[in-house]
Amino acid sequence: MTPAVEIRDLTITFGQGRARVKAVDSASFRAAPGEAFGIIGESGSGKSTILRAITGLNDDYTGDVLIDGQQAQKPRTKAFFKTVQMVFQDPYGSLHPRRMIRATLAEPLEIHRFDRKDDRIAQVLNDVGLAPEFAYRYPHQLSGGQRQRVAVARALLLEPRILLLDEPTSALDVSVQAGVLNLLDRLRRDRGLTYVMVSHDLRVIAHMCSRVAVMTQGRIVEELSADALRDQRAETEYTQQLIRASRGTAHA
Amino acid sequence: MTDTLLEIENLRVAYPSAHGYTDALRGISFSVGRERLGIVGESGSGKSTAGRAAMRLLPPKARVSADRLQLQEIDLLAASERQMREIRGGRLAMVLQDPRYALNPMKTVMAQITESCRLHTKCSRAEARDQALDMLEAVHIRDPRRVARLYPHELSGGMGQRVMIAMMLIAKPQLVIADEPTSALDVTVRGQILDILNERVEAEGAGLILISHDLPLVADFCDRVLVMYGGQIMEELAARDLSAARHPYTVALNESLPPLDRKVAELTVPEHDPKWLEQRR
Repeated sequence: MTPAVEIRDLTITFGQGRARVKAVDSASFRAAPGEAFGIIGESGSGKSTILRAITGLNDDYTGDVLIDGQQAQKPRTKAFFKTVQMVFQDPYGSLHPRRMIRATLAEPLEIHRFDRKDDRIAQVLNDVGLAPEFAYRYPHQLSGGQRQRVAVARALLLEPRILLLDEPTSALDVSVQAGVLNLLDRLRRDRGLTYVMVSHDLRVIAHMCSRVAVMTQGRIVEELSADALRDQRAETEYTQQLIRASRGTAHA
Repeated sequence: MTDTLLEIENLRVAYPSAHGYTDALRGISFSVGRERLGIVGESGSGKSTAGRAAMRLLPPKARVSADRLQLQEIDLLAASERQMREIRGGRLAMVLQDPRYALNPMKTVMAQITESCRLHTKCSRAEARDQALDMLEAVHIRDPRRVARLYPHELSGGMGQRVMIAMMLIAKPQLVIADEPTSALDVTVRGQILDILNERVEAEGAGLILISHDLPLVADFCDRVLVMYGGQIMEELAARDLSAARHPYTVALNESLPPLDRKVAELTVPEHDPKWLEQRR
């Protein structure tokens, strides 16, 4: 089966001369259609940089980004974004503060010339568990969890098949996180979406994803199944350390 | 308890809102001695407000009342702003969440640490410098002389948090309030930072209040835990019993956490029940 998302030998460097840093060093993975693939690692390990490269926010990379087996064009085309959408980490920073939710949601529909805008907005709000009145609110009138639901709604509007999720719940409380994670999991199962999800939280990744890539210092050091992660069957020292730290036994 | 450091009785805080005052804290009472006390709860439960009220750092528009707010012999409610300036940082210190915002971006690490030292202890510039370097070493910074010359933007998150701990503990406070000290950090660094905090607090014989929304972390680190919800303390228990808590709110919080040892189809989302507020233990 052709993977929905594949990266091959993806390398991204920043800076010039002596300040040159390899943020991502020949990373490769494949996510099958309908799969949730996780990337875990500490800050600065390059996990978000990979998502930004896939979505084309930074297309200064070497190596391949393949969507459904097709090389993604540089710069990304309009059609690309009907297939691939991204949800960002901070719902406080990713919604325009001076725009009503309706305006934020209507923009991608206008760009892609969709019809029945109001119906679609009402439908998508319903899909993410928000009442239709939310369309007439401003971001500051919403809680963190509600904002993140709006961010998911915005990504879903164009009916993409692939969602890139960059730490979608790290700004939320555990109780609110549970709701958003359930929503994402349900949407994936109902619509056969493919997720590439980045997080530094092992619990979230193990719950959401079936396979996980572990990154440190720009390299994918290990790829393992969520079951292996739960049973602590990690091969590299780094992954074992990460598991111990997440279980809170690192300083017991 | 003879060793009580901070005693709070019936503390109420309200903020002005569109419909009169909204209660942030509805009469909480607790005391803390030379121990590690954890305060857990969701955002908006009032846990940070409690910490800030003890430091008298709430905005002027907040309405604060308490039967008692006592730091050893000092009545914090009656203390003048001048006295408070000596107490804050001197006897009662606060470690904040994100070193990127809590450190002064225009001052070097050395300048920030020596400032706190010079303000609260009578020492010369040279002594303050030496103490600052010792302190940086005590928070496990490998090359204190180099780091001392850096500005906050040149530090990593974990390093910034160590600098903040050094800055807060150099004046040897009796009680340290750490408000989400590790939630801006990676899991791999979290343990280290807590170890350092614990080490320093133990070495100085101070008390510690750890405010966090991370239940496993608090269970692992503290001696005693207060669970807060809706501006009230729901229950108080020994930290090792946190996973076996019986209050429905604590149970719901525990259940909403994705488990690491088994696969679940769906996470439990806590349904907030007004009845919880009546079931205080």
